[in-house]
Amino acid sequence: MEESTGSSVRSHCVGSTAVIYASDYLNKLSGEKIERECKRQLDFGCRALVIDFGNTELVNSIGISILLGIIDIAEKNGAQVVFSDVNQQTVELFEMLGLTRHVVLASDEREALSTLARLKVSVAVMGS
Amino acid sequence: MEPTTQKLIYNFAALADLGEEIANTGDFTEMVRTSLHLLLGTLAIRRGAVVECLPDENQSRCLAIWGLDSGFDSEFTLDPKSRDEFLTLGILALKQDYAPVSLSTFIDRYNTRLLEQGLELVVPMIVRSQLTGLVLLGGKASGQPFVDEDYAIIRAMVRHIGVGIHGRRLLTQVEQRAAENRRLYEDLRAIYRDTVCAFAAAIDIKDKYTQGHSDRVGKYSEVIARELGWPDEEIEGIAIAGYLHDVGKLVVERDIINAPYAIDAKASTELNRHPNAGYEILSPIHHPYADIPLMAKHHHERFDGRGYPDGLEGDQIPLGARIVTLADSFDAMTTDRPYKTRRPFADVIEDLRRNTGKQFDPEVVIAFARALLRELTGEVKERRIMKILGKNYVDPELAVPLVRNLIVELESAKHSAAAIGN
Repeated sequence: MEESTGSSVRSHCVGSTAVIYASDYLNKLSGEKIERECKRQLDFGCRALVIDFGNTELVNSIGISILLGIIDIAEKNGAQVVFSDVNQQTVELFEMLGLTRHVVLASDEREALSTLARLKVSVAVMGS
Repeated sequence: MEPTTQKLIYNFAALADLGEEIANTGDFTEMVRTSLHLLLGTLAIRRGAVVECLPDENQSRCLAIWGLDSGFDSEFTLDPKSRDEFLTLGILALKQDYAPVSLSTFIDRYNTRLLEQGLELVVPMIVRSQLTGLVLLGGKASGQPFVDEDYAIIRAMVRHIGVGIHGRRLLTQVEQRAAENRRLYEDLRAIYRDTVCAFAAAIDIKDKYTQGHSDRVGKYSEVIARELGWPDEEIEGIAIAGYLHDVGKLVVERDIINAPYAIDAKASTELNRHPNAGYEILSPIHHPYADIPLMAKHHHERFDGRGYPDGLEGDQIPLGARIVTLADSFDAMTTDRPYKTRRPFADVIEDLRRNTGKQFDPEVVIAFARALLRELTGEVKERRIMKILGKNYVDPELAVPLVRNLIVELESAKHSAAAIGN
């Protein structure tokens, strides 16, 4: 079920994956809301985060810093991070700055969820 | 878009955001935290800290931390040698093989611990040849080493942050000094007020029949000035003028002041010296309020020009003096004197009515009557005039119509005069 938290970030859970929707401009204000929501989902036991950029036109430098922080927190919690539906300009920015070394990009939410499912399977196979 | 162009635009936007943040006079800690975010985000650096170095203090503390473990030391000890070295260094890599000079004691002490936290660079913030602080930075998310272009951006942004911290520090110092000056000023004012009150008490002690007169005149004057809409500062001034209006009596012989009968012409001339004497006493003093000596000098002038010492009339008499005149006379009529007991309240109101425009300024009488009426009707809680007059002197039931009629009559006379004037 999709929910809008007090911080006005839309999110919903698919199994142990949280899907969080970024707003049109990822700056300090909206970035901190996403960061809080990601932390909340991880605290609730989510093992993967999908941040959907379908509505996002622009990401500024504070937004980048906050995304790096989210990646850090996710890594510390043993969670995967996938960015979905990122526009071309933002993809180029993520590549230029090296964020794509730490996250998987997916064309949309569905692909993000299936990517995570594949990753889980491969981790499980490696574990066995 | 060419990657280089895109990067330039991105860096430019980040610098613009940083400039805006530095100029922001809001929360200081938030300003530093946001500035650190901006710097880290510009080069996609995963962790960092801003350390403040206070002048003449070895202890330095982190103002903002991002991406570092909770166990990270937020305080550093910077010995003078390290300070000097930082002042001479630009960007300093923590790894030994990058260090351009022999490593400072700071690096010796913290190198391993900082490296364990993933920090790679120490960037001194130098503003006006002083070490304002340090920025500690981790590696880039791309995993690539820093290049000259990165260093240039880091230097520019760190300089901005340094200026922001330095500026805020100066502002804090100015605010502290301003607060200290305000405190000193308040202390001085308190000392001045206490001195004035002591002085007023000395005047009244000389005149044993009118003890407390100066204090009461000060209070009545304050009430009238407030009713006339004076600002607080000037109200305080008129109260002081009230306390000091009779200071000239200090030079008048005690026997004349305390004569238990109406004094003769010679003694009266002697007594009438006191306004000028008061002016002479008060003039050399630098009062924090305007015209206090003049108010003392002219508190026996009359609105019709028949007063003393200068025979001024109407607006020639300073308004403050016109207020003190009424306050002085009202107190004289409502307190016992050596040669007569105080007059009934109705007589006093009648005296005010008869002497308005002659001895008293109509505007001042109207203001006083309004303040009095407000107290009599209970419109105001603080009954300053009634408190001075005492419990059994005024019967509100009888007094209210008297005072109300006085106001109506004086207002009406004022309007008639204005109509004739037009």
